[in-house]
Order: sequence, then C-alpha cells, then structure tokens
Amino acid sequence: MKLIAAMSGGVDSAVAAARAVEAGHDVIGVHLALSSNPQKYRSGARGCCTVEDSHDARRAADVIGIPFYIWDMAQEFHEEVVENFLAEYAAGRTPNPCLRCNEKIKFAAVLDRARAMNFDGVVTGHYAITKEGPIGKTLHRAIDETKDQSYVLSVLTVEQIQGAIFPLGDTRKTDIRKEAEARGLFVANKPDSHDICFVPTGDNAGWLRDRLGSETGPIVDQAGHQVGQHKGAYTYTIGQRRGLGLSVPTIDGSPRFVLKVEPETNTVVVGSREDLAVSTMVGENPVWCGPAVDNTPTRGFVQIRAHGQPLACTYHFDGELLTAQLDEPIFGLATGQAMAIYDGDRVVGSATICQTHS
Amino acid sequence: MSIYLDHAATTPMVDGAIETMTVQMRKLGNPSSLHTHGRAIRKEIEEAREVVATSIGSLPSEVIFTASGTEANNTALKGLFWAGQKIGRNLIVISAIEHHAILDPAQWLVEHEGAELVKIGVDSNGVLNIGELTNLIAQRGDEVAVISVMASNNETGVVQPIAEVVELAKINSIPVHCDAVQSFGKVPLSFSELGLTALTLSAHKIGGPFGIGVLVLRRAVEIPALLHGGGQEREIRSGTLNAPSILAFSAAVKESVETFEVRNFRVEQIRDDFARRIVEVIPDAYINGIEATRLPGIINVTFPGTESDTLLLLLDAEGISCSTGSASSAGVHRPSHVLLAMGHTETSAMSSLRFSLGTMTTFEEIDETLRVLPSVIDRGRMANLR
Repeated sequence: MKLIAAMSGGVDSAVAAARAVEAGHDVIGVHLALSSNPQKYRSGARGCCTVEDSHDARRAADVIGIPFYIWDMAQEFHEEVVENFLAEYAAGRTPNPCLRCNEKIKFAAVLDRARAMNFDGVVTGHYAITKEGPIGKTLHRAIDETKDQSYVLSVLTVEQIQGAIFPLGDTRKTDIRKEAEARGLFVANKPDSHDICFVPTGDNAGWLRDRLGSETGPIVDQAGHQVGQHKGAYTYTIGQRRGLGLSVPTIDGSPRFVLKVEPETNTVVVGSREDLAVSTMVGENPVWCGPAVDNTPTRGFVQIRAHGQPLACTYHFDGELLTAQLDEPIFGLATGQAMAIYDGDRVVGSATICQTHS
Repeated sequence: MSIYLDHAATTPMVDGAIETMTVQMRKLGNPSSLHTHGRAIRKEIEEAREVVATSIGSLPSEVIFTASGTEANNTALKGLFWAGQKIGRNLIVISAIEHHAILDPAQWLVEHEGAELVKIGVDSNGVLNIGELTNLIAQRGDEVAVISVMASNNETGVVQPIAEVVELAKINSIPVHCDAVQSFGKVPLSFSELGLTALTLSAHKIGGPFGIGVLVLRRAVEIPALLHGGGQEREIRSGTLNAPSILAFSAAVKESVETFEVRNFRVEQIRDDFARRIVEVIPDAYINGIEATRLPGIINVTFPGTESDTLLLLLDAEGISCSTGSASSAGVHRPSHVLLAMGHTETSAMSSLRFSLGTMTTFEEIDETLRVLPSVIDRGRMANLR
C-alpha cells in the first residue's frame, strides 16, 4: 500500500513508520505543523509542534530512508481543535482535544488529503490494534494497557478506521524504545509527551484564563449559599477539591468538591463527595467504530478518560442518545468528555457526555 | 527518471570548477602569509579576482570575497546604511520582491538601528514601479541612505530596471546596491556601466561551489565591516581567504563567460517550449511575469485550485524536483511575498510553482514532466477540496 506516515518527531511515530516500510509498504513521512508560530525548542515534555520536533521527525525519516515533507495544518488545527477547546470550556464542559485532533485532523484532513493524492491510508504511532473480521475492520485496545490509546481513537468512523494503520499496538512501549535504539533512531530516548500540545507551559488554567478572562464569581453550595469566590469559572474541573479557597466550612468539617460549573451565571457549585456520584451517563453525537449500537440493553464497558479504568455497564442507544448504566457509581464526571464503549477489547464507539445522573 | 528543475536554487558544479577545487585542496599555504607558499596561493587568488572583476565589469580591487551571497547582501546593506546614517540619512529603500537576504537585514536595521524602511511595489508582471520610486526620491531623496534592488527576481525571473534606479538615485547621490545573484551569467551585466555602488554575486548559482560569494564595492567607498579580524578583504571582510572555493568560482566564471550566448539561447528555447506546452496541457494555468523581460531559465506557474506543496510532493514522487518558492523557518509552506506583491491572493500565491532550468536540462526531461503533469494537477486539485 501507499501510505502517509504522520511523524511527530517522537519515538512512537518513528518506529511506526519504520515498521510500515518493513512490512513492504511505500511510505512517505509527513510532519504536521499545527502551530502557525511554532516555538524553536521543546520545553519539558509537552507538545510535538516545535521546530526541534520537526527536525527530529526529518532525521527519523532520513534514517528510515523515506521522503519527508511538512504539511501545514495550523489553520485546520486552530479552527477544529483549539477553538473547539475554548468554546467547550466557555460552555462549562471539559473537552479532550486529542480526541478531537484524531477525529478532525489526523484521520480527517490528513487522511482525506492522502486519499486524494492516491495514498491508501495513514500510519500513526498510536497504541491500538485493528483487526479484520466478520464485521469488517475493527478497532481494539493495545496490548500495553499503560499505553493503550484506543480511547482517543474511539471517535473514528468505520471509514476512517479503514484508512488507519497502527503498527505499534502489539508491542509494549519499553520494547518500542529498544527497537528504536536498534534501528538507529536517535529519538529512542526522547521523553513521552504529555498534556495538551498547544499549551506549552502546561498551565491549562492559566492558558484558559488568558483567553476566556478571569472574571471572579461566587462559589455556592447546593442550597445556593455563597461559600467562596472563584478566579474564573472555566478553570475549575468537576470533582476538584484542592485550591477552592472556601471561606465557609461545612458543619461537620467534611471536604467540598466542585459539582458543576455554570458559565451563564459565572458560578461554581460545590457539594459533598456523595453528590458527585454518577450511576448513569448519557452521551450525544455518537460515532460507531463498527456496527451501530441499537436500543437493546447490552453488557459492556465504558471508559471516560484516556487512561481510565473500563467500567462495567449496560448500554443502549435510542437513536439519539447513548446511555450507559454503571454497575458501580463513580465520583466526578464532567460533561464534554467522551464516553467510549468497549465490547471486551473492541471499541464499539463513543459519544460526548451531555448528562449525568446519580 | 530523475529530473532536476530547480537550478535557481542551485546548479551542478561544472567540471572545471571541481577539478580546480580538487587540485587547490592539496596545495599548502595561507594566502595572507608572506613566504613562498603563501605568495603562490595569493597570486592565484588575485588572478581569480581579476577573472571575476572582468566578468562583471568592475575593477579587481572592487571585488570582495565573502562566504555567501547572503553575507555580501548583509555587508552591503548594513554597511551602506550605517555610512548614510553618519551623514543624517535614515531611510532604506528596497523593492517589495527582494530575496530574504535583503528583506531580513533591512527589517533588522529597522528593529535594531532605528532605520526607516520603504518598500517600492511592483506591477502585475513583477517589474519595479519606477513611478513610485521617482515620487519617493522627489519628496524624500535627501533622507535615503541606500537603495537596494535586485537585478532579477529569483522566483519569477523578472528582470528589474536597475539602470533607471541608478539614474534616479544620482540626483541625491544615493548609493545603490544590486543583488545580482540570479542574473549573473544569465543576462549581460556590468557593474561600471550601470554605475552601481555595490553588487552581490554567488558562486553556486553558476556552477561554482557553495560557500563563496562576492561583494563588488566601488573603490573608495568605505563602509563599516560586519566581521572583524585579519582585515583580509579591504578591511571590510575578515577571515582567511578560501582559496579552493575562490579558484573554483573563477573556473566556473570562465566557463560561464565562454558559454554565455549558446547556453542561454538553448535554455531559453527549452523554457519557452515548456511554458507553451504547460498552458496547453493545463489550460487554466498561467505564467507569472509573462509580459516582462525574464531570465532564460525560470518559469513561475500558477495552477489554480491546487496547493503547491502538494504538487511538489507528487512531482517529487515522480522524480521531478521543483520549488514552491517560499517556506518559513519551520519548513511550512507560505504564500510568496513576491507573488503577493504582484497582486496575487494568498490562495493563488500558494498555488504556484517555480521550475528553473539549467545547462543540463533537456527537451526529453520537459516531455517527461509534461507527461506526468496533468495527473499531478488532478490529484493536487482533489487533495485541495477540503
């Protein structure tokens, strides 16, 4: 196959590209420039968008022996990912920009462009597995459960999965580093990137405050009594306990947690841990990674964070909303996050959480 | 098949230059040394200087060897600006289509030395707007420290009216620098006949090695140096003279002078054939600067509905090398400031490719390029439907 390898400059995408070449594919390396004004150097373990990362990707392509180009996706990334991230926070939700990037950039803008240019698919260094079976090409968890990235890929449609190649899913990360070293890829020991790539300092709250303003407002309890003042509602997350600076203690001295962020009234609502309990979650705008889910209650698992635990549940889809009834309640769940449904290790699909019920 | 259509970026070293360079690399002696070894090398360098001077119509003493065209441009622009600043002139005038090796030092002088910068526009064919320059000089001529206009543009090949610029500058005795990196060896050019103050050349664009440039600076013009040290080149440029590269440059110049007419005639024939047939196979494509006088080997084409970095990738996959004209320091494709100055939109500027031909380019290579071009443009258009 003729493939485009998306190369971030990190170890995973470099080994993925090398494996694709070794498997006999005709591969071209592409680094996605996602910032129109990139920083020169990496600072800490964040991001993949500096000039230094682009250079690392180029050198990896040299070692692998494939052509290398830089594709400017800065405008698409800004419109589809950064602006969406801000809008979601402004609406009091907690988005996951990595999911959004996979959905709108890597397996949309890039895959579309690749296909138009007569390429068959896109290779990435994501830790996930695809399998061909009776229900077509399906998406599964990687064998390295600490690195499994199937959650951030759960927004891919069948059509997108068809064009996606994940050569790393069958290997543990530690072995990928060893393999990179054996292949002479000097990125073998480059640190993993964490956090949000377009927030280079890692200070998400500060980044949001700079862009959405930091208008102070009331922190109230569930009865509506003010118990403190917040410094910008957007910077609080559901379930947050520390750094609330509350002036009115609870009667029994028990801690309070953020229950809700209400941007319309610029209010943060707090309450007890029990008030955070969620037994049912409801998601909208579902994407199916295989056959669509129907109204029949089905046993499976739901995952709500990139490296979170799979939670046993019964789920169904009524044609508009995806509902998952948990076996055991969880504490603290923000709307805007993705709920990914699994059937064993297969990703069934995902939806954006819009309601939670105790 | 591997087809190289990017000779304006760099062109192969000629055999004479490679041989000269190889021989020189075995020779011992620093040309600044006073002993026999040093004098022997120095003699060859001075002969090379005379060859270069003759080819560009200057005196040998006006030839200053630098390590690149970029260095020559920086030395000229900054030096002439500082010299002008001393007598109360603070204005830098350049064309809007200069190479970054002029644009960026000019911008640096604005940010760090308090200079004021005026860019003179071009018409839709990419030719300097002389009327605009005339008006500026009429109003503010006594404030101008230096004018710098390229002899021809590197992206479009459009030749600029340098003689008229020099004529206008005379009124206020404004020094004129000309970046002649692309024109050298392609169109007739004489430093003295043009009456320039300074001019820039680069070896690797005419079959010489990388890492050698020339600043031709009129005798008795004194400007501050950028590099201080041994003072080897008129105290304006320090650094041990790079004998192998200078002599290889001179060998390339000799060959360039000898082959001038035949070579340029042939390249122009192939180029015109190419241009005519591009528009035949891609009817909505158009050649930028087509109505202007252009260098024989450059052709800049807009393919509407495409993005040129996609086209470059697809042509590269077919073994054909060409250029998108402009990329940022991060390697990201950007709309060309040259095409924007000619009235292009960002979209059309980013749909344009430069093909540049050289001595080795053949009709067969053009045939092959035209054979793959329609499918490349088709795929490029598909990829652009986002």
